[in-house]
Amino acid sequence: MKKGYFGKYGGRFVPETLMPALMELEKAYLESKKDKDFQERLVHLQKTYIGRPTPLYFAQRFTEHLGGAKVYLKREDLAHTGAHKINNAIGQALLAKKIGKKRIIAETGAGQHGVATATGAALVGLECDVYMGTDDMKRQALNVFRMRLLGARVIEVPVGSRTLKDAINEALRDWTTNVRTTHYVLGTVFGPHPFPSMVRDFQSVIGKEAKKQIIQAEGRLPDYLVACVGGGSNAMGLFHEFLDDNVKMIGVEAGGKGIETGEHAARFAGGSIGVFQGCKTFLLQDDDGNVLGTHSVSAGLDYASIGPQHPYLRDAGRVQYTYATDAEALAAFELLSKTEGIIPALESAHAVAETIKLAPKLSGDKLIIVNLSGRGDKDVQHVAAIKGISL
Amino acid sequence: MNRIEKTFKKLRTQNKKAFIPYIMAGDPSLEKTKELVVLLEECGADIIELGVPFTDPLADGPTIQRAAERALKNGVTLRKVIALVKDLRVKTKVPLVLMTYYNPVFKYGEEKFINDAKDAGVDGVIIPDLPPDEAGELIKTAKKADLATIFLLAPTSTEDRIKKVATASKGFIYYVSMTGITGAQILLDDSIGKSINNIRRITDKPVAVGFGVSTPDEARAVSGVSDGVIVGSAIVRKIQEAPEGLRDFILKLREAVR
Ligand SMILES: Cc1ncc(COP(=O)(O)O)c(C=O)c1O
Repeated sequence: MKKGYFGKYGGRFVPETLMPALMELEKAYLESKKDKDFQERLVHLQKTYIGRPTPLYFAQRFTEHLGGAKVYLKREDLAHTGAHKINNAIGQALLAKKIGKKRIIAETGAGQHGVATATGAALVGLECDVYMGTDDMKRQALNVFRMRLLGARVIEVPVGSRTLKDAINEALRDWTTNVRTTHYVLGTVFGPHPFPSMVRDFQSVIGKEAKKQIIQAEGRLPDYLVACVGGGSNAMGLFHEFLDDNVKMIGVEAGGKGIETGEHAARFAGGSIGVFQGCKTFLLQDDDGNVLGTHSVSAGLDYASIGPQHPYLRDAGRVQYTYATDAEALAAFELLSKTEGIIPALESAHAVAETIKLAPKLSGDKLIIVNLSGRGDKDVQHVAAIKGISL
Repeated sequence: MNRIEKTFKKLRTQNKKAFIPYIMAGDPSLEKTKELVVLLEECGADIIELGVPFTDPLADGPTIQRAAERALKNGVTLRKVIALVKDLRVKTKVPLVLMTYYNPVFKYGEEKFINDAKDAGVDGVIIPDLPPDEAGELIKTAKKADLATIFLLAPTSTEDRIKKVATASKGFIYYVSMTGITGAQILLDDSIGKSINNIRRITDKPVAVGFGVSTPDEARAVSGVSDGVIVGSAIVRKIQEAPEGLRDFILKLREAVR
């Protein structure tokens, strides 16, 4: 396979200004994998700061309610700052420090990656600016304030669709301008090489833990893994360790108001191959190669493209992709809250929604692990507003 | 020899520098773009860059972003820009270069794009998010069609990168004056001249400088150390905000590049 590619997907499609920085990053990242001190520091922080390993929890009442397969939740919502995003942000913050950068920047949709990056910056002592679309700042206002409390500057992106993709454009422009002093902490398995592999590797701790934990709990591997897919980092983080095992995997995209309405972010249901924001991958685009607007109730899945390893795994038939609509995700959000006392992030609620469809079709001896990528506190206000309740 | 190469060859023998204005195709309209190309040629442009609008122009600052938004609202696409060049070729022989992001080209089909562009009378392409590392097929196809592939170098480019970009480039090399995006403020210290000397040690292909050149004084300074000067955002802004002063502004820029 060509370097930096997953089959025909991936690559490094960026302006020349960034090419040397990406090469430097790739080198530093490969070295860090073999650097014992770096790895020890990372593992130590995972344990004492992030709170890893996160539990694998058997959701008994949820399972009984669905009446089928046993459902386990991988509790990334219990990681420090409330989502899996911290696994990558801490790794990249350490790397930025190691290569001598003074400042890190990030894009954020749901605000979770922004909060995680601001946290990483505070932890290792770096300046931090986070780009966020105007619309996302509104629906994730709580996280905007959290980032500011953590000492980061939140820069509003009022252009384009005013969501995640526009925040990435602005972050890339900033990086192009300040590349000598700044590292761009990309928040998902997307963008130019080495980001898709590097972010996956930092997130793969999820699957490594889950594998040990399920074997301890059940004495065997699970039958299914289910995860939501925005850029695709929590899904890759869970899936990666199981790719060579006899385990079925389902990635759940945002179906928004339904595929037929055009208001969704289901790249595999409505997209085609394109080159966007640094890599060749699947993309929601028109016939002229312009990128389409997207919609999802969850800011973290509201994105026109998807990390390049996902179409590769899809073509290979290794991972199956489906979608959940806004309405299904909202119903799942409430059901998990009521049956388990766990309020999931709206992103994660898409994975829960697929589980609600899947589990009853399976017998009681089957095992499903759902990646509960984040907690829903950040979404409570937004869900209340959708239900017409003023807080 | 391609029309762009001929232009630089001629300028070199005359000890002159290329003036290369950039405009966004379809801003404010495709009809107007035709008139603007003719105007730019009359005012002495050596080569003209036509921007193709894209939804996510990540190498561009606010001025060109907004121009792209206006052009997209007008329904302008890569297909239509190629058709525009075909129309223009009845009136003008000035070398025309398309500046487009890669996805519209990818969606169009690389080979079809190169061939259609060539047939329409396009002389070269600049694709800011396609480094030579990813452009193997495009370079081959363009070579066959004798279409110039113009790649970019930046202040961060290492010697290896300069070699790679110089080999892949045909027509000229586009030196980005700063680490940054179009429309930012240029810094006129001796670093641009030094970088270009570094490039010249490796290649004798012409090097034109763009990004941030917005006044005749800046254009004069940059032309002193390079083979050509590209002016984009400042012209796009003029077209939008004060079109009555455009001809005068272009003439002053032309005069400054020597
Ligand atoms: C809790 C949570 N889950 C999932 C996502 C989607 O990202 P990814 O697909 O990279 O996991 C986000 C992104 O903001 C998130 O905050």
